[in-house]
Amino acid sequence: MNKIVNDFSITVGTKNGSGSSTANNTILRSVFKMGIPVSGKNLFPSNIQGLPTWYTIRVNKDGFIARQEKSDIVIAMNPDSFARDLAAVSPGGAFFYADDIRQPITRVDIAIYPMPIKTIVKNDPNVPSEYRELVGNMVYVGVLAQMIGIDLEKIRAALTFHFKGKQKPIDMNFNALKAGADWAAENLEKKDPYTLEPMNKTDGLIMADGNTAAALGSIFGGVQFAGWYPITPATSLAEALNDYLPVLRKREDGKHTYAVVQAEDELAALGMAIGAGWAGLRSMTSTSGPGLSLMTEFAGLAYYAEIPVVIWDVQRIGPSTGLPTRTSQGDLIFTHYIGHGDSHSVILLPGDVYECFEFGWKAFDIAERVQTPVFVLSDLDMGMNQWMSKPFEYPNTPMDRGKILWEKDLEEIKGNWGRYLDKDGDAITYRTFPGNKHPMSSYFTRGTGHDEYAKYSEEADTYVQNMERLAQKQITAKQYVPAPILHGNKNASVGIISFGSTENAIFEAQSQLEGQHDIKSEVLRIRAIPFTKEVDAFIERHDQIFVVEMNRDAQMLQILYTEYPQFSSKFKSVAHHDGLPASAKWVREGILAKYEAASKAPKAAAKKKTTTKAATKTKSTKAAVKSSTKVKKTATKTAAKSKSAVKSKRK
Amino acid sequence: MSQTLPMAGAPANANDVGLSKNDYRGAPSTLCQGCGHNSISNQIVAAMYEMSVLPEDVVKFSGIGCSSKSPTYFMNRSFGFNSLHGRMPSIATGTLFADAHLKGIGVSGDGDSASIGMGQFKHAMRRNVNMVYIVENNGVYGLTKGQFSATSEQGLHLKKQGENPYMPIDICLEAVVSNATFVARTFAGNPKQVKEILKAAFSHKGIAVLDIISPCVTFNNQENAYHSYAWGKDHEEPLHEISYIAPRNEIILEEEMNEGEIREVAMHDGSVVVLKNLEKGYDPTDRMLALKSLEEAQQNDWLLTGLIYVNTEKPALTDLYNLVDTPLNRLTEEELRPEHSMIDKVNELMF
Repeated sequence: MNKIVNDFSITVGTKNGSGSSTANNTILRSVFKMGIPVSGKNLFPSNIQGLPTWYTIRVNKDGFIARQEKSDIVIAMNPDSFARDLAAVSPGGAFFYADDIRQPITRVDIAIYPMPIKTIVKNDPNVPSEYRELVGNMVYVGVLAQMIGIDLEKIRAALTFHFKGKQKPIDMNFNALKAGADWAAENLEKKDPYTLEPMNKTDGLIMADGNTAAALGSIFGGVQFAGWYPITPATSLAEALNDYLPVLRKREDGKHTYAVVQAEDELAALGMAIGAGWAGLRSMTSTSGPGLSLMTEFAGLAYYAEIPVVIWDVQRIGPSTGLPTRTSQGDLIFTHYIGHGDSHSVILLPGDVYECFEFGWKAFDIAERVQTPVFVLSDLDMGMNQWMSKPFEYPNTPMDRGKILWEKDLEEIKGNWGRYLDKDGDAITYRTFPGNKHPMSSYFTRGTGHDEYAKYSEEADTYVQNMERLAQKQITAKQYVPAPILHGNKNASVGIISFGSTENAIFEAQSQLEGQHDIKSEVLRIRAIPFTKEVDAFIERHDQIFVVEMNRDAQMLQILYTEYPQFSSKFKSVAHHDGLPASAKWVREGILAKYEAASKAPKAAAKKKTTTKAATKTKSTKAAVKSSTKVKKTATKTAAKSKSAVKSKRK
Repeated sequence: MSQTLPMAGAPANANDVGLSKNDYRGAPSTLCQGCGHNSISNQIVAAMYEMSVLPEDVVKFSGIGCSSKSPTYFMNRSFGFNSLHGRMPSIATGTLFADAHLKGIGVSGDGDSASIGMGQFKHAMRRNVNMVYIVENNGVYGLTKGQFSATSEQGLHLKKQGENPYMPIDICLEAVVSNATFVARTFAGNPKQVKEILKAAFSHKGIAVLDIISPCVTFNNQENAYHSYAWGKDHEEPLHEISYIAPRNEIILEEEMNEGEIREVAMHDGSVVVLKNLEKGYDPTDRMLALKSLEEAQQNDWLLTGLIYVNTEKPALTDLYNLVDTPLNRLTEEELRPEHSMIDKVNELMF
């Protein structure tokens, strides 16, 4: 049989709450330590115990580690999902199952491996009976390790990390795993092609989840206050603050330079964070969609009263409670216009775990510089799953605390200032903090109409002037937000715009499109709203731009339509919203469905078709194909003319 | 004549921090004339002046409603935050972490605290946020022109609203139940008591809840209403047509009340508010007694006034956090950003 080396997907089906996450993380981490590019995605239910849950691992020597919509190897530990799990194995694949599950196995096109998990655990005198189920999970890791060739020493390293060096649980788990491996060596004959061989492609990389990275980044950003309320999938972000703040901000006198408060709800969580931000602290909250809905009124206050605060939204799929444990990019439009009345938010869009760290500290600089709430939109996939990453880097710029007046500053200007007085012409004004003892320092903050000196005002001119300044401030913000990342290709015939966690899927799709369909593309990953000049340039130079996102209504596309109405006919939506992490398959198929070869779109064609429909109806391939016959009218600039200022920062 | 002029920097009638009473005033009130809220603002000015509090050491907070407008009308030199309806507590909670040496004075109303903000109200109690939390309680929504509030008594009849079918919420009872550490009730028409209770509340470390019955001269105008200076029949007009409110003198108690005294206070039109002062020997540190007394008062339609409960043992919120002495909002990058070597440690902590 031909071997397939370092290129396959594994799915483990277990019962929620059975303790399989240690086992699954162990597989992921040991493959990573073997130097092979790998990803792990937990596809779990909103439940504590009992419902089926899956963990998918993608191993790929070329670094394509997006979720795959197939499972070459399936490990079935849950009778409730057994039939489904069996059916999911790719033809020619491998099926491992706990042999106490007695259900019919009808497939003959795959390798079948029963595992006597209960017997092996029972026979191990070192495993107390109450640990049998937990440790039983390690047996399948052992069997799998033996059959595909996971290095047991790397497994030991993974367990040592997981149990923080505590020898007893390390030994108990490792011994069970070893028993599984030994049993497999004696009793199973390899009948499938999937094997692992060590590489060096993960050298120098770390493995972390985005919520931890966000918390760490926030700590390096000097976070001083966090108000939060538990919600999946954001909870672990605040918990990571509690874990790491005492370590990283330890002082000799044992005193604290920060406070983390678990609030009574999301309204209070943001309310507290805004109070702290107003009073001069680097302040944040973390939540997900439903929490953000509750925070809306406060977000509007922070916008209008110009109070810096950082709001992490680890997106899950809505509307309403939605699928609480599934990922999404569905909060983009909501966040962009959050609050009643006219408002625009500054939004940061990290694309991976590294950027969760980086934007963790940068968000404070931007919020305090621009004096506005800054939303950072992560998602469940990035936030809760372990990702390979470049090591985190120390902030490369000093903290930017923005325009602040303390006693000596007020002394110099003889107390002559106004909270909302635009002295510098950049629409950003000066602020003072409670505790400032200068008699002219104070002002009265309000969500009601106010003049340049923060006095209550219902004057029409004053209102308009203030709102125009706020609009101007959004333009000023462009110079402070992160520029997009361009993955350029001089020969590209199409452009792809993306944001957030979809990049791995896009790279893989890109490679398939080029290899199998001769479609060359380049990708611009947007990292912030408002859009910077690099986005303008990219849109100008492409005739056909696919906007890839994980939501139903093509939310990024809608914002692009609004910001670039003159180019609206260039955009095509590739939107997907099943709550699962992005896959190359849906990106590729989405692009192919709407791709317009040069010959298919003769310039002479005169018929006009609406393009907005294509944006919102991504489900139907028919609709998509229809829209692809539209005429390119506005795209007159040549690709050669525009030269991107964006540099690909990360290779 | 020159000796009558105050010397520069030392105004006439300066208090211990060298400030005159004027230094504690705010902008002119835009509330209705005769509104109890204005009287409370005046007593805050008097109390702070007499206590020689530096205005810069105080932060004012409010939510939304008539009461919540009033922080504009006292202590101009203090920072202030007029926040959202029912959300004053969370804003104050966050703000006071920035400089734990500051004291909050929050002004809310019965709508702001007992309805939309009940959750935050109670959580501010259990956290023992270091602030004076005043509820200017008039039993009615004034700014939206006369709807029932959660403290309106059952059976109260209001124009347009008809009869209130629900039991009222007792602010003080809720505060005690929620483990507030200082709970008092007084009546805006008893300025001396208001001022004395304000001083005690300001001196308390942690949350001090003051339920101040503050009659609405305009909307809660029915006879026998707890929270009312009932309005003369000659001013009965359809609500939506009201555009001018005739000035009224505020009702002030002529004599101080004795301990344990029950007094009926005559309103402009002869209706009454019944006040009952706490009994002599009442022990405000006895939580069970406080609950019992409040319950008894409710059964009898009394408004129990005075210091109902106090506990000086509990740490204020910021005391629980072991904060550095320097106000957090004066810390510098050196104190906030971990040093460079820590990034390696962090990467080692990852897998």
